[in-house]
Amino acid sequence: MPCARRAGTNREASMNRRNLIASVAAMTTISLALPSWAQDEPLKVGFIYVGPVSDGGWTYQHDQGRLAVEQEFGDRVETTYLENVPEGVDAERALTQLALAGNDVIYATSFGYMDAVINVAAKFPDVKFEHNTGYKRADNVGTYDGRFYEGRAVTGTIAGRMTKSNKIGYIATFPIPEVIQGINSAYIHARKVNPDVEMRVVWAYSWFDPAKEADAANALMAEGVDVILQHTNSTAPLAQLQKAGKIGFGQASDMASFAPTPRVSSVYNNWGAHYVKSVGRILDGTWKPEAIWGGIGDGIVAIGEITEAVPAEVKAEAEALRDKIAAGEYHPFTGPLNKADGSVWLAEGQTATDEDLSGMNFYVEGITAELPQ
Amino acid sequence: MIDPVALFLMLLTASTPILFAALGELVAERAGVLNLGVEGMMITGALAGFAAAYHSGNPVLGFAAAALAGALIALPFAVLTQFLLSNQVASGLALTLFGLGLAALFGKPMEGVKAPTMAPGPLGLHWIVWLGLLMVPLIWWFLNRSRAGLILRGVGENHDAAHALGYDVRRVRIAAIAFGGAMAGIGGAFISVATVLQWTEGMTAGAGWIALAIVVFSNWTAPGVLAGAWLFGGVTVLQLRLQAAGVRVPVQLLSMAPYLATIVVLVAISARQKFSRRAGSTAPGSLGQDFHALR
Repeated sequence: MPCARRAGTNREASMNRRNLIASVAAMTTISLALPSWAQDEPLKVGFIYVGPVSDGGWTYQHDQGRLAVEQEFGDRVETTYLENVPEGVDAERALTQLALAGNDVIYATSFGYMDAVINVAAKFPDVKFEHNTGYKRADNVGTYDGRFYEGRAVTGTIAGRMTKSNKIGYIATFPIPEVIQGINSAYIHARKVNPDVEMRVVWAYSWFDPAKEADAANALMAEGVDVILQHTNSTAPLAQLQKAGKIGFGQASDMASFAPTPRVSSVYNNWGAHYVKSVGRILDGTWKPEAIWGGIGDGIVAIGEITEAVPAEVKAEAEALRDKIAAGEYHPFTGPLNKADGSVWLAEGQTATDEDLSGMNFYVEGITAELPQ
Repeated sequence: MIDPVALFLMLLTASTPILFAALGELVAERAGVLNLGVEGMMITGALAGFAAAYHSGNPVLGFAAAALAGALIALPFAVLTQFLLSNQVASGLALTLFGLGLAALFGKPMEGVKAPTMAPGPLGLHWIVWLGLLMVPLIWWFLNRSRAGLILRGVGENHDAAHALGYDVRRVRIAAIAFGGAMAGIGGAFISVATVLQWTEGMTAGAGWIALAIVVFSNWTAPGVLAGAWLFGGVTVLQLRLQAAGVRVPVQLLSMAPYLATIVVLVAISARQKFSRRAGSTAPGSLGQDFHALR
């Protein structure tokens, strides 16, 4: 994998060296010309992606967001992206390159870019940065993230209704708060509609490893699981579910090619909703560094179409839940809820705070598996 | 509790890609060629196999195309190392990078489409799984019981002696490299055509490097390669099954186990070499060395 990324980066880099020369030339022209000309220049928007645009998941959705910005603002913006940028030192180089190429705003779309963003942002105070899923901010660095657990509440409800064996499975990535929120939210809502439901969790320790995800799906099915939720980003688990005649959900992107079954619905990231809003604020001068954590209501987290494989009443129930969450009438983590060790987490009617959620490191009561620390 | 038979069947499927790649690399290394390009050949096979299966609608054609593509992409490596005498380690790494980049580039139109499936063979396993199992005794027989295998081993053990006896060292090695490429191609295609059913960039996710470790673990024997593939595949499957069953299991330790076993095997081999008169390691004598015929 590291090799693939390097190869991809170089390919993109060579393209951008051309851009760099062009933009240096452009900047010279601007500085020689009247200042008013500069306002007619399009806003330059840069993106760095951790994976290939083709991943059909995480990076693909970010790129869809980039295209949404182009569609919304047309000639007023000019977007570029670097794909396959490894987290770490290379990210700093890629970000510097984008900043030198004259981008006015740069979106860094992976958690591991956090320190690189902070470092490069300090060197380019006039460039705006937004970092996806991170928590470090500065005068020119904002963050944005999705409340994916809201989507899991909906798919968890469907899973609880659809399981015949009363065993649902979750292919998890890494034991970090975002993933634990997803597991807990899915389980809470599955149990709400099906008190006998059991949750099995397999940690793949990867965001994207098709072969391993396929093995994980098979391992879960061998344990009697018949509905699988996944946090990993490939379609491999769906392919296994299809062979076995069981069902699952799309993750990160809609994965509609597996509809109507095994993919009965999906939770996907609609970053365009955020990018359009953010670029709009930059264009009208109202942008400021914020910590944005948007959910279904903001359009950042979207629920893919619930297919005809799901009975109409279950579909209606799931959609009602989705709409209640979107309207802010219901919080997926509403008490009474206990932690797995039996201690009280939320009292009757109490909802979880964002601080609680962003540090979540426990399962809720009912999930019997051990949470790796 | 976990059904051992079901677990074993899962292990057979999980170990198939690395079994193919490692068997191919075994033959290449027994001919004296160290090809670190396994990952690049696997991903090329994964793409070519997927594309052929998708366009023809026939997975069997996909695997044939994967074998061909794996062999073809290995040819530049063969030219570089056999004719231009470039360093095998560097050329092999270049082949990996080249293959990954090339597959990513040509894979763009294949994104988001699904491969055709084929009916499973006996015990619900894919036919390619059975082919892989069949290849183990075939390659063992070829290496140890056939005349052609004897020549190939001779070339790998001592290329000067083989050359002096009149064998064409270069031709044998090029054939071995092409065979290694074909096997790696089939292994890669198993992931895209039989398991995942879609094409994605970088989908072999390091399987080629595991195959290289397995060849060392096997002490350069075909049954050893099978054992190694089952060990690596088995540990992966077992830890996932244990997790699914809700058993508390240190995942990191289990993932480390095959690599630890490789080190233990290497130590055992060199200890046997040191303390007994029996030859220990069967690492080919001319492995990784350039051959240049002076006369």
